[in-house]
Amino acid sequence: MSRSRPGPSTDPTGAPPANADDHGAPRRFWRALDRHRPPGVDTLDRSWRSPLRGPWLTAVYGSVLLVGLPLVIITGLLDYAAYGPRFGQAFPHDVGWLRLPTFDWPTRPSWLFRVTQGLHVTLGIVLIPVVLGKLWSVIPKLFNWPPARSLAQVLERLTLLLLVGGILFQIATGLLNIQYAYLFGFDFYTAHYFGGWVFIGAFVAHVVLKLPRLVTALRSRPFGAELRTPVAATHPEPPDPDDLVAARPGPATVSRRGAVGLVGGATLLLAALTVGQTLDGPLRHTALLLPRGRDNGPGPNGFPVNRTVAAAGVRPEETGSGWRLTLRGADRTVTLDRPGLLAMAQHTAALPIACVEGWSTRQTWTGVRLRDLAALAGVADPASARVSSLEKAGLFREAVLAPNQVLDPDSLLALRVNGVDLSPDHGFPARVIVPALPGVHCTKWVAEIDFRVRGDD
Amino acid sequence: MTELTARLRAGYGAGPRHVIVVTAAIVLAGWVALRLAGEATTGRMLLWFLGAVIAHDLVLFPAYATADRVLRAVIRPGPDRRVALLNHLRAPALASALLFLVFAPGILRLGETTHLAATGQNQHPYLSRWLLLTAAFFLSSALTYALRAAWRRLTTRRVRGNGGQAPGKRSERA
Repeated sequence: MSRSRPGPSTDPTGAPPANADDHGAPRRFWRALDRHRPPGVDTLDRSWRSPLRGPWLTAVYGSVLLVGLPLVIITGLLDYAAYGPRFGQAFPHDVGWLRLPTFDWPTRPSWLFRVTQGLHVTLGIVLIPVVLGKLWSVIPKLFNWPPARSLAQVLERLTLLLLVGGILFQIATGLLNIQYAYLFGFDFYTAHYFGGWVFIGAFVAHVVLKLPRLVTALRSRPFGAELRTPVAATHPEPPDPDDLVAARPGPATVSRRGAVGLVGGATLLLAALTVGQTLDGPLRHTALLLPRGRDNGPGPNGFPVNRTVAAAGVRPEETGSGWRLTLRGADRTVTLDRPGLLAMAQHTAALPIACVEGWSTRQTWTGVRLRDLAALAGVADPASARVSSLEKAGLFREAVLAPNQVLDPDSLLALRVNGVDLSPDHGFPARVIVPALPGVHCTKWVAEIDFRVRGDD
Repeated sequence: MTELTARLRAGYGAGPRHVIVVTAAIVLAGWVALRLAGEATTGRMLLWFLGAVIAHDLVLFPAYATADRVLRAVIRPGPDRRVALLNHLRAPALASALLFLVFAPGILRLGETTHLAATGQNQHPYLSRWLLLTAAFFLSSALTYALRAAWRRLTTRRVRGNGGQAPGKRSERA
């Protein structure tokens, strides 16, 4: 394994770290810690072989995350807002100081939630190789001795634990959620929301502290020139104050171009296997390893289902000819059967339905406008509408719609999709479809709509 | 102010900006921890949070670093470094491992019942699809390796025929 080191650019001895005298108070303690090196740390220190590790490579991966992760954070918070925290139906309910500013989630553009949610999940997945590459590039620091030289470094290490723990926790819970494997045994929403905030705090701190280093490191080697450097001409960077560069690097087996290309290629691979779940048509099948790339059978109802009629516990006799829709208004209650609904003015709209798990699909829905039903119930200008399902249990057996969501001309109580009746799995006899509304709030197997008058609650 | 900053630097070990952002991040995390302390599953969340770090830093990283060392020990890069067999094995292995890591719930059929309830479908196809993708990665990498090696032999012979120039200017000659 031991080979001669490549060229004179490496530091031959274990030179003292550049910032040796930055010990904080109490100085004697930190110096003593520095001197008392436990057995093995020097061996470990010499065992880091890769000549690629160094500020430049870390900065390249870091700058991708600096652009990508804020997008994941913002789209994630927007998804929380899309659930309607105002009506107590965003999970977790009670978030104290971490409340977001309340606003009515718009219905336009109708692909809004499709895009925010799709970006959140897709970007979250495709950044995984970059996160792993970034962690690989800095991992020797975890084993550095001394672990700290001052209180400042102790606290910074603690924020790094929050940073690394935060991102890995968010990735792990997110990946398990979109694949419906709830191995963790805690509430996904609670964990992902609060875990997100822990990560955000640590991420902001890390960016504030490290941004100058990132800029310096990127400037130290012209990107274009680095991408033209072959393996044979790849040498370690000069020793850096953060000790990212290996003390005794081995010969390069990959160029920096190769390392960037490997992570970039892995990102493209994940993108190619993920974007399909947001696309319609044959490209959907490219999401080979995700639940939403699958074939959902032929015919107009052949698009992804989020909760089957069997799982919802809705029995066939409840949805047969005996089914009635109850509309409640200020001073009246109206009951309609399905032929009665079909006799009303029908409206058709092509609208996407998108789920928190990141998948979406656009279908053509036909049914009665929600605002027509509101008028029928005597509440032409409702404050809200509570839609309840035949489903007895389940987190999403009912949903509250904001006024803009009831009054949008494309907001429907859909009876048909793509020219045929809804299938039982898609919510027969009737389901809600509202532009830009999260899929779980597009209630299926609707039993009742309660239109609230303004000033009612 | 500057004297205060200097004293902070000497005692704490960094400037005021450092204190502010680092404290803010820790206070936020502490507040979240207190907020969640009442939940029945807080312990599990903490376990997963710390477990994720341990799983990456002390399991995943040592595992892939060791695998790479073994691979490097077995395949010493030959005199022709440009067509490195090593990297033609590393790339498909990494791609396959990454897909396994990301899509393990489907591949290992974790959560069959919730998957069925949500989608109306089973998790059977994922394992074979992942194996097929893995095979495709290794095959295409092997094919590229073979083509590059053949091309190299061809150009080396041509270069020799042209008067024994050192190889290495392939791209300029093409």
